[in-house]
Amino acid sequence: MEYFLQQLINGITLGSIYGLIAIGYTMVYGIIGMINFAHGEIFMIGSFIALTAFLVLASLGITFLPLVLLIILIVAMGFTALWGWSIERVAYRPLRGSFRLAPLITAIGMSIFLQNFVQVTQGARIKPLPPQITGGVTLLSSSDGIVVQLSTMQMIIIVTTVVLMAGFTTVINRTSLGRQQRACEQDQKMAALLGVNVDRTISLTFVMGAGLAAVAGIMYLLYYGVIDFYIGFLAGVKAFTAAVLGGIGSLPGAMLGGLAIGLIETFWSGYFSVEYKDVAAFSILAIVLIFMPSGLLGRPEVEKV
Amino acid sequence: MSSFDPTADTTPEGAERQDEERRRAAQGEPPFVEAATPESRLAGSLREAAITAGIVAAITLFFFAFRTEIAIGGLELTVRWPVWLSWIAIAFVGRFLLSFFLYRADRTKASGAAKGARGAAAVGLGKVLAVVFLLIALTLPILLDTLFPSQNRYILDLAILILTYVMLGWGLNIVVGLAGLLDLGYVAFYAVGAYSFALLSQNFGLGFWVCLPMAGLFAALWGLMLGFPVLRLRGDYLAIVTLAFGEIIRVVLLNWADFTGGPNGLLGIPKPTLFGLEFSRGEGSFSDYFGLDYSPIQRFVFLYYIILALALLTNFITLRLRKLPVGRAWEALREDEIACRSLGINTTNVKLTAFATGAMFGGFAGSFFATRQGFISPESFTFMESAIILAIVVLGGLGSQVGVVIASVVMIGGIEMLRNLGVLTDFFGPSFDPTQYRMLFFGLAMVLIMVWKPRGLVSSRSPSAIYKEKKKIGADMVAQGEGH
Amino acid sequence: MSEMSPRWTQDPVLKVENLTMRFGGLTAIDSLSFNVGRGDITALIGPNGAGKTTVFNCVTGFYKPTEGRISLRRGRGVSDAMVDELTTSGNQFSRDGERSVFLLERMSDFKITEVAGVARTFQNIRLFGGMTVLENLLVAQHNRLMAASGYTIFGLLGLPGYRRAAEAAKEKAIFWLSHANLLDRADDPAADLSYGAQRRLEIARAMCTDPVLLCLDEPAAGLNPRESADLNTLIKYIRDEHGVSVLLIEHDMGVVMEISDHVIVLDYGRKISDGTTDAVRSDPKVIAAYLGVDDTEVDEVENDLDHDVAPTPAAPANAEGVRP
Repeated sequence: MEYFLQQLINGITLGSIYGLIAIGYTMVYGIIGMINFAHGEIFMIGSFIALTAFLVLASLGITFLPLVLLIILIVAMGFTALWGWSIERVAYRPLRGSFRLAPLITAIGMSIFLQNFVQVTQGARIKPLPPQITGGVTLLSSSDGIVVQLSTMQMIIIVTTVVLMAGFTTVINRTSLGRQQRACEQDQKMAALLGVNVDRTISLTFVMGAGLAAVAGIMYLLYYGVIDFYIGFLAGVKAFTAAVLGGIGSLPGAMLGGLAIGLIETFWSGYFSVEYKDVAAFSILAIVLIFMPSGLLGRPEVEKV
Repeated sequence: MSSFDPTADTTPEGAERQDEERRRAAQGEPPFVEAATPESRLAGSLREAAITAGIVAAITLFFFAFRTEIAIGGLELTVRWPVWLSWIAIAFVGRFLLSFFLYRADRTKASGAAKGARGAAAVGLGKVLAVVFLLIALTLPILLDTLFPSQNRYILDLAILILTYVMLGWGLNIVVGLAGLLDLGYVAFYAVGAYSFALLSQNFGLGFWVCLPMAGLFAALWGLMLGFPVLRLRGDYLAIVTLAFGEIIRVVLLNWADFTGGPNGLLGIPKPTLFGLEFSRGEGSFSDYFGLDYSPIQRFVFLYYIILALALLTNFITLRLRKLPVGRAWEALREDEIACRSLGINTTNVKLTAFATGAMFGGFAGSFFATRQGFISPESFTFMESAIILAIVVLGGLGSQVGVVIASVVMIGGIEMLRNLGVLTDFFGPSFDPTQYRMLFFGLAMVLIMVWKPRGLVSSRSPSAIYKEKKKIGADMVAQGEGH
Repeated sequence: MSEMSPRWTQDPVLKVENLTMRFGGLTAIDSLSFNVGRGDITALIGPNGAGKTTVFNCVTGFYKPTEGRISLRRGRGVSDAMVDELTTSGNQFSRDGERSVFLLERMSDFKITEVAGVARTFQNIRLFGGMTVLENLLVAQHNRLMAASGYTIFGLLGLPGYRRAAEAAKEKAIFWLSHANLLDRADDPAADLSYGAQRRLEIARAMCTDPVLLCLDEPAAGLNPRESADLNTLIKYIRDEHGVSVLLIEHDMGVVMEISDHVIVLDYGRKISDGTTDAVRSDPKVIAAYLGVDDTEVDEVENDLDHDVAPTPAAPANAEGVRP
C-alpha cells in the first residue's frame, strides 16, 4: 500500500511533466495538423538553457533560491519560446499547405539538427546538477520502514502544472487569442478572411507550446538532476503518446494523457520491469491508436466519402 | 484537345495545383520580411540582416557563448564570446547576402516554356544519370584499383555503405513512395534481417547464402504482423505507431540478453563465401583456389558485388512490380484509398503486400549488414537509422529510384567526404572532426532540401502503362499518400 | 413501357427495403424502400440534404446501414423467397445457377464491387490524379489482372498467361476510353483533364469493373450543356449496349428528365414520390418539396415547370446537340 502510494505520487509528478510537453504537441496538431517532431528537442533546449542560466547566475553571485528560480523561469521560457518561434519560421512556415509529409520530414530533420547542435555546442556527456530544492513531507510510514514521501520538488511540479493548466485553459477559452486559435483550427482560410492573422496565431501557438515545454524542461532538470542532449527524443515521443491518448487537439486530454502515461510508466517500472517501461508506453500508444483513434477526450473523425 | 488549360480551378485537382503554384511562388519569400516598403534594396537588406543577427544572437546565447563542462565538484562554466560573436557575424553577413542577391533581387520570372524545357531536360538527365551510375557501380573496384590504389579499401568500404543505404532506400520507397504509407520504423525490419541471420548462423551453423532468403522471409513476416494492426491508421498516426514498433523491437533486442546478447550484441557472424570458397589466407580459400596472392581487398570487392547485386535485384523487382497490378494498386492507394475500395480493391491486402515487400528488402539488407560487420548490436538499429533512410527516400523524391541513389550518394557519401577536406581542418583548427558534425549537417540538409524542394530532387513520375506516347507526370499532380 | 406494373417491381436488380441510417441522434434516412429495375436508368433526386448520397454510401458499402435490407439480384427471375432464404441463412450471397442474390448491407465496400458487381462514382470526383488516364482504367481491372498474374508471381516471371490478360485489359481500357471520348488523352495524367472529361473518365473507370449496377453520384454537376449532352449519350450507351442498370443522383433536371426511366424523390430521408418521369413531375409533393411552396401554389408552379423544364422527347433539354 505504501509502495503503491509512493508510486502514485511519482507517477503524477512524471505525468505532469509529460502533460506540459504534450500540450505543445496537441496545440500544434490542432492548429496545423502536423506532428511537431522537434517539440521534444524544444523541451531539451529549455532544460539546457535553464542549466546554463543557473550557472551564469551562480557565477554572478546570485544565490537566493526563489530569485534564482524566478529568473531561470523567465529566461528559459523566453529564450525557448524564441527557439520555437524561429523553428516554425524557418522550417515549417515555408511548407505550410504543402503535402502532408513535408513538414513532418522537416520536423524530423529539425529534431536531428537540434540534438546534434546541443551535442556539439555543449558536449555529449550528461550534465549533473546537484539537488537545489530539498525536503518534503512524510505522508505515511509503515512498520517495516517503507515511507511515503511527497518531496517539495514534487509539490512544486504538481502545483505549477495545475496553475499553468488553469491559466492556459483560460487563455484558450476566454481571450481573443484563444478564439483566433480555435478559429484557425476550424478553417484557416475562413479565419484569414475574417481578419485573423493566421501566421501570427500559428507563431504564437508555437511560442506558447515552447514556453510550456521550457517549464517542463526546468522541472525535469530540477527533479532528476541530470540532463543530456538526448532526453528530448524519448520525452517527446512519450508526450506525443500522451497527447494522442488524451485525444489530440484537446488540452485537458493532453494533461489527462500525460498523467496516464506517467502513471503507467511508473507502475510498470515499480511492479514489473524497469527495462521494459518504454515498451509499455509505446504499446499503449499503439493500442490506443488502433482501437481508439480519437483518444479519451478527442472528437471522433467520420470518414467522408 | 491537348492544348486546353488544365489548371481550371473548377476541378479539385486543378485547384490544388493552383494552390501549389502559389506556394511555389511564395517560396522565394524570405523569412522575416515585411510587406513591401519603399526602402532601398541595400537598406532593406541591412535591416533584415540585423534582425536575423539579433535573433541568432538571442537563440544561440546559451549555446555558443556559454558552455558547461563537467569538472571536479560539479559543473564549470566556460565563456566563449568570440564563438558567439563570430556566429552572429556569420548570420548577419549570410542573411545580408541572401537578402541582397536573392530575396530582393529583381527577379524575372522564368516563363512556363522555359520551365517545361527544364523539366524535360531533367527527365533525360535522370535516364543518363541512371546509366552512368550503373556503369560506375559495375566497374568501381577496377576504377579504384587503377585510379586511387592507396585509398582503394576506404572508398570501397564507403561504396558498400552507400549501396546498403540505396538498397534500404529502395525497399522503403515501396512503402512510402509507391504505397504512400509513412513508415518511421523501417529499421525494425533491417534489425530483424540482421538478427535472423546472426542467430541462425550461431544456433544452426548456417551460412550467409542459406540465411539470406530466410532473413528476407522473416522480415516480411514481421512486416505482415506489424502491418496488420496499424493499417487502419491515417498518415501521421501510422508514422508514429511504426516508430513505436521500431523502438519496441530495439528495446526488446537490448533487454532479451539470453537470446540476442543484449547490449553486447552478437559476435562472430560468418563471412559470405563464394560457392564455399572463403576469403581468407590459406588452404581452400578464394585466393588459393584461383592461384592468386591473398589480399584483404578481395573480400571487400566480393562484398561490394554482393550488395550491388542485391540492390540491383531490389531495383529490378520494384520496377517490375510497378507494371504489375499489385504495383499499380500501390500507387492507386497512394492517390486515393476510397476510390480504390470503390473499384473492388481490397486495400488491406494491398497495404500488407507493400509492407511485406518493403520489409523483405530491409531484411535482405539487414543480413548483408550483419555479414559485413561480423558483429551486430541494438545500437545499429536506432530511430536515427530509420530517419536517415526516410530522409534519403524523401529527399531523392518519393517514388523515384534514381532519386534514392542521388540522395544516398549525397547524404552518406558527401558527408563522409567532409572528413577528407583539409580546408575544414585549416579553418576550424586541427581538432576539428567532421564526423562529429555528420548528423548536424544531416539534419540541416533535411530541412533545407525540404524547404527548397518539398517534392524531392527527382519528382516526376513515369507512367506504368502507355497507350501511344510516354509522358512524364509532374510532381504537382502526384499525391503523396494519406493526404485525405 | 407497358401499361402493366412497371419493370422495377417486376424485375428489380436492386431492392432496398426499410433502409434506415442514423448518425448519432440524426436520422439521415428513415425506413426507405425502393426498387431499381433491371436495365432501367433510375434517378434519385431530392433537395440538398435529403439523404441521397447517404443512400448511395449504404448501397455501395461505404456506410453500414443502421437497419434495412439491400438485395442485389443478378439473373432474371430471382424470387423474394430466395432473398428471404438468404437473409435467414446469415450468408452474404447465394447462387442458384444463373441467378444469384447479394445482401449488400452485409458486405464490405470493396466486396460489393468485386463480388456483387456494383460500381460507383463520387460527387467530388475521385480519380488517381497522378496516374495516367489509361492507368486509371487498368487499376479498375485489378482483381482480374491480379488473378491472371498469379498473385504477382507469374507476372514477375513474365509468363504468357499474364501478358495475354494484360493485353486484354488494355484493350478493354481503350474500348472504354474511345466511348468516353478520351482516347487522345490516354497518356495524360488524370488530374490534367477538364472537369467534364474527369467525370467521363470516372464513369469509364467504374465500367471497367464489369458492374451490373452503376451508381453515379451527381454525374452532371459542374458540366456545361455540351458536356452534359456527352454524358447523357455515354450513360444511355452503357445501359443500351451493355445492359447495365444505372442508379444516379442528379440535380440537373434536364438530365434527369431526359434519360431516366424511373425517378425516386427523397426529402428529409423519406421517399415522397416514386414513378415515371411524368408521374413524378406532376406530383404536387415533389414540387412543394423542391420549391418550398404551399400546396395552393402548386398548380401555378406546375404550369411554369411544364413550360421551362419539361423537355419533349424530340427536343432534349440541352439543345446544343447530342453526339451521334
